[in-house]
Amino acid sequence: MENLISIGVRSIFVDNMIFAYFLGMCSYLAVSKKVKTAFGLGLAVVFVLGITIPINWLIQNYILNAGALAWISPEFSSVDLGFLQFIVFIAVIAAMVQLTEMAVEKFSPALYGSLGIFLPLIAVNCSILGGSLFMVGRSYTLAEATMFGLGSGIGWLLAIVALAGVREKMKYSNVPGPLRGLGITFILVGLMSLGFLSFLGFSI
Amino acid sequence: MSTATAEAVVEKKREPLLSKKNRKLITHPLDINNPITVQVLGICSALAVTTQLKPAFIMALSLMVVTASSNVVISLMRNTIPSRIRIIVQLAIVATWVILVDQVLKAYVYDVSKQLSVFVGLIITNCIVMGRLEAFAMGNPVGPSLLDGIGNGMGYGVILLIIAFFRELLGSGALFGFKIFEAIGLHYTGNGLMLLPAGACIIVGIIIWVQRYLNGYREA
Repeated sequence: MENLISIGVRSIFVDNMIFAYFLGMCSYLAVSKKVKTAFGLGLAVVFVLGITIPINWLIQNYILNAGALAWISPEFSSVDLGFLQFIVFIAVIAAMVQLTEMAVEKFSPALYGSLGIFLPLIAVNCSILGGSLFMVGRSYTLAEATMFGLGSGIGWLLAIVALAGVREKMKYSNVPGPLRGLGITFILVGLMSLGFLSFLGFSI
Repeated sequence: MSTATAEAVVEKKREPLLSKKNRKLITHPLDINNPITVQVLGICSALAVTTQLKPAFIMALSLMVVTASSNVVISLMRNTIPSRIRIIVQLAIVATWVILVDQVLKAYVYDVSKQLSVFVGLIITNCIVMGRLEAFAMGNPVGPSLLDGIGNGMGYGVILLIIAFFRELLGSGALFGFKIFEAIGLHYTGNGLMLLPAGACIIVGIIIWVQRYLNGYREA
């Protein structure tokens, strides 16, 4: 249990998807102009990461790993499907995003109205695929992987809401012309990333 | 005889691969339509793999191969892909090319492949690849699509090499792993900030600043 909390906290603050690995930067920079839309996209990312990482964990451990197919019949124990990892993961992610979109549309039209345009975008958000690939690299258990997925999503949500907050205020500052917009945003992200460095070595 | 002349006429009408218009497909992404600094695509890997020049170079090359070849394949299939499922078709094709590139890297430059870790796989979700497929290859013939892919790959590569040049030079005093300051008899203590994510973001910010100062582009 303590281990789970520790993984959660680490993935939110220390190994933050944005500030430590730059994953999901494209939508992070493109959709962080308003706090409200940033929050919507952040929620969608938490949701999709929380679903796809456990599913990809099951696929990796029961289908793709070397010898993982032994549960079907012992003669498959020499099969290694590891090279299919990328294509299977991305298919799972795209399918889950599509399913989530349809489910949300059916059961909660209000939420769909606010998330609608962001959901399809998430299939190509690198933090989702990155999360699954990190999960494989770190050999988590199923519970740890789920926690890692949720934690990474929450970390991403925090990061994008914080940046959107700063950018809303930036509108009133006098930034040099060529630096305005993208340039100053990058420098802001750099400074925020420096701030998040203070969590380094933090553990429970 | 008549069919032969008809073919010759068609041949003449088709514009050469390196016409003026097509040459723009390669030169524009290098500057005024750069995928990283202007279109803001593919930032993740641009920041993550640039602590040293060597992985940055390999990454740029891999991305160029993937963009160009998936552009070609999608362009060949563009009239047969149903528009409702086009995203997943594109992802499948890109993923296939990335698997090929990944296997080649593992076979020939294993240490760099280890260093790039998940970022080779993340070329699949690199917005440059998807963006070019959606915006260009779905509506253009094979030749221009190939050039567009190469051009955007090069635009990405140029920025990647500039970032990596400064980060490796200032961060560890070396270029391509060659200790440049020690070779000319100076002592240089690496600036650790440049190797951190924060340094990368600030360098990109400054590159954008300089580029926009030079070409006069302003954001509202």
